[in-house]
Amino acid sequence: MAAAARFFVRGARSKLPISGVVPGPRSSFAAALLKLSPGSSSRTQRRHAAHFTFQADPEPTQYGPTTKMNMFQSVTSALDHTLASDPTAVIFGEDVAFGGVFRCTVGLRDKYGKDRVFNTPLCEQGIVGFGIGAAVAGATAIAEIQFADYIYPAFDQIVNEAAKYRYRSGNLFDCGSLTIRAPWGCVGHGSLYHSQSPEAFFAHCPGIKVVIPRSPVQAKGLLLSCIADQNPCIFFEPKILYRAAVEQVPVESYTIPLSQAEVLQEGSDVTLVAWGTQIHVLREVANMAQEKLGVSCELIDLQTILPWDVETVCKHSANNEYLCSSFSLQEQCFLNLEAPISRVCGYDTPFPHIFEPFYIPDKWKCFDAIKKMINY
Amino acid sequence: MCLDEAPATQVVMTRDEGLKYYRVMQTIRRMELKADQLYKQKIIRGFCHLYDGQEACAVGIEAGINLTDHLITAYRAHGYTYTRGGTVKEIMAELTGRRGGIAKGKGGSMHMYTKNFYGGNGIVGAQVPLGAGVALACQYQGNNELSVSLYGDGAANQGQIFETYNMAALWKLPAIFICENNRYGMGTSVERSAASTDYYKRGDYIPGLRVDGMDVLCVREATKFAADHCRSGKGPMLMELQTYRYHGHSMSDPGVSYRTREEIQEVRGKSDPISLLKDRMLSNNMASVEELKEIDVSVRKEIEDAAQFATTDPEPPLEELCNHIFYNDADLEVRGTNPWTTLKSVS
Repeated sequence: MAAAARFFVRGARSKLPISGVVPGPRSSFAAALLKLSPGSSSRTQRRHAAHFTFQADPEPTQYGPTTKMNMFQSVTSALDHTLASDPTAVIFGEDVAFGGVFRCTVGLRDKYGKDRVFNTPLCEQGIVGFGIGAAVAGATAIAEIQFADYIYPAFDQIVNEAAKYRYRSGNLFDCGSLTIRAPWGCVGHGSLYHSQSPEAFFAHCPGIKVVIPRSPVQAKGLLLSCIADQNPCIFFEPKILYRAAVEQVPVESYTIPLSQAEVLQEGSDVTLVAWGTQIHVLREVANMAQEKLGVSCELIDLQTILPWDVETVCKHSANNEYLCSSFSLQEQCFLNLEAPISRVCGYDTPFPHIFEPFYIPDKWKCFDAIKKMINY
Repeated sequence: MCLDEAPATQVVMTRDEGLKYYRVMQTIRRMELKADQLYKQKIIRGFCHLYDGQEACAVGIEAGINLTDHLITAYRAHGYTYTRGGTVKEIMAELTGRRGGIAKGKGGSMHMYTKNFYGGNGIVGAQVPLGAGVALACQYQGNNELSVSLYGDGAANQGQIFETYNMAALWKLPAIFICENNRYGMGTSVERSAASTDYYKRGDYIPGLRVDGMDVLCVREATKFAADHCRSGKGPMLMELQTYRYHGHSMSDPGVSYRTREEIQEVRGKSDPISLLKDRMLSNNMASVEELKEIDVSVRKEIEDAAQFATTDPEPPLEELCNHIFYNDADLEVRGTNPWTTLKSVS
């Protein structure tokens, strides 16, 4: 599913429909602006442009000194802290030993030893099953699935084993110290099997947590939270941001709480909810809406998809009280909305090969959605 | 399980056969090298896994079966697409994502298909149970056809392959399982990923052959032997082809960080499948140097023409994005990127 955007129309006072941007399972975050010109050869050159600009957050001051890092370096930093402070921590997956295909584990094997950072053969079901076992026995197990697209052989292990372990054993056993990391989302040329965003498949599975960061600072803090969290967590890392996202990231260890959505900018008319790369698309959309439509947009980064922060989203979109932990926002906010909640996401097709720029919910499609909602 | 016989070690190759194998291998070789070039020019984008070095496998297997038999492999599929009946033009146009591509430009490098060739699969290992299913269909329909399922040394560690061995042996399916062992699963050597590198023995109760995958005749004879075994109702067979790829895993892998240039050069110098065949034919006076050169020239031209087509053919129309998601009698509406737009899906 591509990053979908859900637009929520605000309460009675607002004149605008709500639209939220919620990454769906097939959302692709990178949308290249496809200019359809008759000459075909020049078109291929334009496809290189990413459809968004990464916008760094201001340097955080509450976690100590910072240094410049990109997203994969911030992941390495989080893993480094974990291996240093937790002697039971182990990292495993395909090709992690030499540093990983996205360089997230560079240097860790040399620093901590080959018994703590090791390769597995090509067997996702085995990797996760093995990870669950290691976690149940007391290790802090950090499993890497090389691409989120490959997670499906492990789906049974995650949903039927990891998620239900604590519940079915009456709290006698749990695999809470398991964290699964996977590169996620579209990247411009990934096609069907290197672009997927499968969080929605896991979003309805009680017992696991699903987390997606939008930036290096978020990635390090959220990953450290996932590792510390006493529940099995899936941490999806937007691969298109690995190099493209650079920020001043705290050097020390720090955590960002799970299940707390972050309001990135306040607004009075439309609430936009998104996660991962799509946050950066929507930042632009919010500016466009302000400039061209005079619409004031609020932007919320959900961060944790499951269990998600119902309270913040509802409060900011509808001034409603927290009612119940249902996934359906409609139930909570219906009466306060002026238009149906709308999702802007990828088409209901497999992630395409050549059609990627047309497929993804780029800023023009999101902007268009806001316009239509206003006139609902 | 033991075999009473083994494939023949003394075989006959006619001049015509030799010339055909030479031409097909050379076509695959030049096609892959051209793809390398086009990729570096950014005319081909996305993923591209090249087959040069492994030509004898595809050509030898096809020589041991019929076009009416069935074959499935993983992503290093350009060679098989060709031996199974695809044209160089269609293959290259699929790489560049044009409407003349063998999958209408919608699949790309990893997803090429043709009659009795089921792809082209991105998730390694997943194609093997599929191949067994095809074998069941052959058995059920009693058409004397068989199914060849290929996978690599990396995928050989996937659980579903062992599930497939069991089903195939239990039901005596006419299935040939072939492990193309090119020594490296991406960047991991077989020693570092497998407890047992005797891939031909992995089938346990399924008889297995280990074959020199650089010699097209070895591959052909082993395949013929396995095919006879399957067609006579004795059940599945396993083959391990020991082969080598010159390129890295894909175009983003230079291929020299986990193996030495010397190793690559040594294989090229001593075991190149095309050179081996060429030397054999020349030393047995089955062809002259000029004749083979003519084939080279003709192959080069074919590749150039195909590359030209692949570069100039237009991309598939945008309407194609939503077609063929489902099978539907009437046009289907596909949810768009927002609630007010839908696209039409025709199938």
